[in-house]
Parts: sequence; structure tokens; C-alpha cells
Amino acid sequence: MTVPRADVPVGSAPAAPTPPSLDVAGLTFAYPDGHKALRGIDLRVEPGERVALLGPNGAGKTTLVLHLNGILRGGAGRVTVAGLDVAPAHLREIRRRVGIVFQDPDDQLFMPTVAEDVAFGPANFGVTGPALRERVAAALAAVGMDAHRDRSPLHLSGGQRRRVALATVLACRPEILVLDEPSSNLDPVARRELAEVLLALRDRGLQDRGLGTSMLMVTHDLPYALQLCPRSVILDDGVAVADGPTRELLADPALLARHRLELPFGFHLS
Amino acid sequence: MGAGHAHPLYLPGVSPVHRLPAEVKVVAALLLAICVVATPREAFSVFAGHLVVLAVIWTAARIPPLWILRRSVIELPFVVLAVLLPITGPPPTIDWLGFALSEPGLLGAWNILVKGTLGVLISLTLAATTPLPDLLLGLQRLRAPALVVTIATLMLRYVDLIVAEARRMRLARLARGHDPRFLWQTGATARGVGALFLRTYERGERVHLAMLSRGFTGAMPRTVDDAPTRRQWAAGLTPVAAAVLLAAAGWNLA
Repeated sequence: MTVPRADVPVGSAPAAPTPPSLDVAGLTFAYPDGHKALRGIDLRVEPGERVALLGPNGAGKTTLVLHLNGILRGGAGRVTVAGLDVAPAHLREIRRRVGIVFQDPDDQLFMPTVAEDVAFGPANFGVTGPALRERVAAALAAVGMDAHRDRSPLHLSGGQRRRVALATVLACRPEILVLDEPSSNLDPVARRELAEVLLALRDRGLQDRGLGTSMLMVTHDLPYALQLCPRSVILDDGVAVADGPTRELLADPALLARHRLELPFGFHLS
Repeated sequence: MGAGHAHPLYLPGVSPVHRLPAEVKVVAALLLAICVVATPREAFSVFAGHLVVLAVIWTAARIPPLWILRRSVIELPFVVLAVLLPITGPPPTIDWLGFALSEPGLLGAWNILVKGTLGVLISLTLAATTPLPDLLLGLQRLRAPALVVTIATLMLRYVDLIVAEARRMRLARLARGHDPRFLWQTGATARGVGALFLRTYERGERVHLAMLSRGFTGAMPRTVDDAPTRRQWAAGLTPVAAAVLLAAAGWNLA
């Protein structure tokens, strides 16, 4: 690391343009049975940006998510994460950069204790010893689960499991956080608590780096998207059909209706 | 550690035996069992000595002997086999209450009975003082085949989940009036088992994807790295030293 010279004001050096956290270009994918899940998707998420990916069931949301860290490949198009191509040569680094929180925490939490599960990711990426312990402690503290580190995930409530699942990914220090239906199966209090944790991540990132953690949130919980993501993309039948400020998209009932989305009873946005 | 993974063979406690690292206890239990097996069957008093060693461990671990004895009934099916040996064994025979019992058969039965019982008691002592997750961790640190340890770890984690799923499916069947009383009415239950298998298989795939997403490459990383101290090894191997001396004494006696 170089020390800035006294006569050059800090921050005035021409910074190289930061590559987007996530850049998906022309991505297509068909399952072996011929079903076309993605038909040419373009999506760009800038560093620190929080984007909701909205769409009805079967729109291709989860298929897209599995392309972001190279679990699914084979179609046309290109995905880059912070400037790095999703390709077999550097899958490990890609998987560290893309932190996917899966929909069912029971799929994600498989170790006997919470702390071991949180340590699993960073240990795979080569973190050991005191650094690993520090990662685990920091990630659990970030989601408010430090008191439960030695418990079995089996004995946690749904909301606690979801937050631990988030911690297992935060411990890998990802470039972009990808959440698949984060609010499903949560009671209202757990849903709000998770939102608070996610907003706190943004605020802490803003303090530390001037940037929150980039986030892509797959959901059909529209009020949650409004609360957490300033920008939304609507995906339907394998294509991105709308992209704009969340509030504007959600205030367009005709647009929502065309893509099998609707606000819960009693909600109106103008 | 591993709170909630209570299994019927584990007796929660904070004794020095409970606090010993799992790998020390696994090694000690294995060596104790080998000493018992290596003791000649004619050295009757030496087996009493092995039992005393175990009793000392139970006292240190605060395990009531009755608690252990109740769980050792698992041995009974094997005892049945031992009972047959004196009746079916070769001559010479001893006359006992009008029965002609084979002498080599009697010795063979005693050999199975005493070594089997002591082996079961040793295993129960290990299980009573070591929670399952720690046991797996201990095996991992002892360099047991990683694949076996991983499979056992995943089984431990998901067995409750699968049982809960099976229970929910059963409740849903009962709630719709299913009440199988005869063999030919169990079709729905059988189909339920099939559905459960598919669900479990699918969950396995999802768990694997989630593991890959966090950089899993096929080998479990070591997430805990505090190795047992010399003092812990010494404490764990003290009963083994006693058992070795006992077995050696047995060979001198025989």
C-alpha cells in the first residue's frame, strides 16, 4: 500500500472507474427438457446499489440467481462480478464474491452448530485460526446472533435461522449479497428484524467505505422491496420487462397486473 | 456444545471426563476395548479388575451404575447366542443339575459374555460423556475418512428434519381420515414413504448447491483447531495404562 504524498490531497487522484458489482449481459438458459428459463437478460448492479428482482413464480428468478456464481452455466451471454468473468478458471473467487442466501435456511445450515456453519464458508476460502474466529464473531454480531453461536440451527426459530443463514454468507465478505425470497415463511416481527439487519448492513457499509453492500433481492414481497431496495427490475418469462425506481414501478397497477404481481390488500402507492 | 442434540445415550454433565476432548476419549475407549479382548479368558479375576477401572471412570464422570446397566440391555440378543454354546459345545462335559454342559462351550460362552459386556460398558461410557457432534469432531481430528465423517455429520443434522417432515405428512393423511388397520390399507403410507424419499433427495441437492455456493470443493475445512494438550492425553490414557497392566497380569496368571 502506498502512503499518499503530502502535496497531493487525498482522494484527488484519478480513480480507475470501479466495475459494477454485477453485470449480466444477454444471458440465456434452457433446461435440458427444452424449457427456456432465461431469454436474454441484461442487468447491472453498481457498487453499493440495492436492487429488487421482482417477478411471479416461474419467471426465472432462481435460475438467474444460480447463474450468478456459476452453478448453472451453458447458455449464451456473460456474467461478470466486480469485473471478473464467471468462468471455471476462477469459480472459487466468484463464489466468495457472490454471497447467496438461499430461500430455505435448512438447506443452507447443515453443520451441527451455528458457529461451525458460519465458519464453513470462510474456511473454504482459506481463512484460518484467529482470523477465522474473528470473521465468525463479526458475522454473528452483524445479525445479532452472537449469543447463539454454540446452538444447533435445528433449535432456532425461523427468523433466527434466516439471520444465521445471512451470517454464513456475510462471513465470506461478499462483493454482492443475493437474497432469494428473504421474507418467505417469516412472521411479521422476524420479517421486520431481518429488514433492520439488512438496513444496518447498508448503514455500516456507508460509514466504512462510503458504499453499502451491493444487494440483489429476489422477492415477490413488494412492500419489502419498497422498504429495502430503491431500484427494482421486473422479470417475467425469462426477460427483464421493467427497470426503474421501486416506488414508480409499484405505483403502476397495470404494469404489475400484466406480470402477475400485485400489492397486498389495502396497499396503495401514488 | 451441540445443545439440544440430546440422545438417550448421553448424560449431560460437567465432570472432568465430560470435559476431555472427544478424540482423547475415542482413543482411550478403543485401547481399553483392545486390552479387554487381549485378556485371556481364564484370568477371571482380571476381568473384575477391568470392571473396577470402569467403575472408577463412572465415579469420576458421575454416572450412576444403574443408568449404564439399564442401557446395556442392548447386549441381550448376543447373550442368547452365548447361552447356546455350553449346550451345543464339544466334550468333555460337566454335570450340572442333570444337564451335561460342555466345558469348552462354557469357557467360550464366558469369553463372549464377559468381553462383550465390558465392550458395551466401555462404549456406553464414551457415549454417556460425549455429545454426538463432539464425537464426530473427534473422529475428524483423528483423521477418520473425511467422507464418512461428512456423511455422519449431515445425517445428524438432517435426521430430525426428515422425521419432522414424515410426522407432518402422517398428520396430513390422518386429518383426511386415513386410518390404516390392515396390511392392504397401507398403500397411502407406502406412497408417503416414496414422496418422503423424493423430498429428501431434492433437499440433498439443494443443500449441495448451497454448500458449493460457499466454496465447498469436496473436503470439509477444519473450522475448529484447538488440539488436546499433553495433560489431557495423559489423563485420558491413565485408565488405559491400568488396563494394559491388568491384561499383562492376566497372561502371567494363565
